[in-house]
Amino acid sequence: MVRARLAPYVMIAPAVTMLGVFTVYPAVDLIRLSLTSWNMIDPVKTFVGFEHYLSLAADPDFRRVLVNTFLYTGLCVTAGLTVGLALALWLNRGGALRGFAQAAVFSPHIVSLVSVSLLWLWMMDPQFGLLNALLVSLGLGRFPWLTHPDTALASLALVQVWKNAGYNALVLIAGLQNIPKELHEAAELDRASPWHKFVGVTLPLLSPTAFFLLVVNSIDSFKVFDTIAVMTQGGPVNATNMLVYYVYENAFEYFKIGYASAAGVVLLVLVFVMTFLYFGFISKKIHYR
Amino acid sequence: MNRLNVRTGPVGLPASAPLSRSASHTVPVTTVSALRNAASKTFDVVLLSLVSLVFVFPFAWMATTALKSLQETLVFPPIWIPERLHWENFSEAWKSGPFPTYLRNSVMVAVSVLLLQLVTIIPAAYAFARFRFPGKRALFGLVLASLMMPPQITFVPVYVLMSRLGLMDTFVPLVVPFAASAFGIFLMRQAFMQVPDETAEAARLDNAGEWTTMWRIFVPMAKPMLATFALFSLIAHWNDYFWPLIMTDSDRLRTLAVGIARLKDIEGGNAWQVIMAGNVMLVLPILAAFFAARRHIVRAFTYTGLK
Repeated sequence: MVRARLAPYVMIAPAVTMLGVFTVYPAVDLIRLSLTSWNMIDPVKTFVGFEHYLSLAADPDFRRVLVNTFLYTGLCVTAGLTVGLALALWLNRGGALRGFAQAAVFSPHIVSLVSVSLLWLWMMDPQFGLLNALLVSLGLGRFPWLTHPDTALASLALVQVWKNAGYNALVLIAGLQNIPKELHEAAELDRASPWHKFVGVTLPLLSPTAFFLLVVNSIDSFKVFDTIAVMTQGGPVNATNMLVYYVYENAFEYFKIGYASAAGVVLLVLVFVMTFLYFGFISKKIHYR
Repeated sequence: MNRLNVRTGPVGLPASAPLSRSASHTVPVTTVSALRNAASKTFDVVLLSLVSLVFVFPFAWMATTALKSLQETLVFPPIWIPERLHWENFSEAWKSGPFPTYLRNSVMVAVSVLLLQLVTIIPAAYAFARFRFPGKRALFGLVLASLMMPPQITFVPVYVLMSRLGLMDTFVPLVVPFAASAFGIFLMRQAFMQVPDETAEAARLDNAGEWTTMWRIFVPMAKPMLATFALFSLIAHWNDYFWPLIMTDSDRLRTLAVGIARLKDIEGGNAWQVIMAGNVMLVLPILAAFFAARRHIVRAFTYTGLK
């Protein structure tokens, strides 16, 4: 570490200015906009206090949006972590085959979500899609996928789980490799069964990684947009409308900037809660050591 | 409400693999364990094929659809190999909009964002890694805070800001908001902190100034991390759909991701062979980069800060 008077400030200034103007200021501005009524064109923004929040609370559409967002997040996180853990345990043991499998599993994660959405929209086509062809050839009936309000949300979740499974798996593999070998050996000397080793050693030591993924996957699900915009536009009958898409619709289709911002603040709060939970958890972990 | 009961798809299959395998340790009889070994190898291969199927097949399906005729996409059950390869789907996709412009815009946005980021990130990361100064914690806290502020939260105020400044019909809203990257500062700071103290001391004894030390000694030593970050940034902005969708109103500024998504509307939502041809153009460079620089890309996309 070096002491210096001016140099560090000059070096940090450009980056911090940019981050301030384009991430911190907008977050504050979002809250300010949520307290006004404005249509983007009118030169005057009228201050309305918490009116938008009250109408959000009373709006059945928004309640649906919130329920959808939480349901979607629950589905994505549970399925995503389960699949990720299964893949990680299986892919962790090296070998050329597994190197290939790791690459295959990870590849959807780096491809554009637009591509993935278009691809799955086509695969989920109820008439000519690959998925229904598969189901029919297995003797099962056709599945409605995105076309039915009861199945559309889960279909979107399936797309995200598929895209992120490889990410979850590789992060969990890194976590598995950080577990000291001696602990497993000690457990073996105690004649612990594989199941007990898994529950008693692997899972607890994996929990920081798993918790990290829980937070990342939740935030990722809270801010879902691309799949909705490309695959369902929020339908059928609002069954897949979620927070960010709702903000987008209200801001850029109905020009209700204040109302949209209030919904945006709800997202801001959700993301903050998750982040603080995470940092709380991490600092506790460090404390225990 | 049976929404929760809907199957989450074939990806759940490999769940039982690790348990059944480690069970073989407890059996002492060699022939049995040899048999089990062979069985578990076969099991592995089967599982590998299944997993690859789930993750690779969709891409294969995209490629084969892109080479079919319209009639061949409207067959049930679907056929895998088209009778003749319809390469003209690609030219049809390419001509259905101003795709040369979209492509140019995508490249321009991704490259300008990266260049700007390098200029802001490197000095900031260097300062955070090397100096002690009043306010450091607060400034680093600001970087942390912006790390958890996704574009999906900031887009309305940034749009309002940009239109108030009269910059809406330009490249500015596509590029400038990403001129600094909190993630990049994290990565580079970590790389700089790993440079041994003696190396830096030697430079100081040579009376080299801070800028010289940074560019001549620290940056070259952090080259692998720079490459990692560069790949991350280029891929992220090439792929991005949300931000350019909101910040562009004309074909003059739209990027490839937005253009490809619009193929669905232009083609009436039925010409899947053309849409998939466009999709191949968007995906291919990324998959090619992935196979060329897998280690870097995996490292960039799975960086967690956990150790």
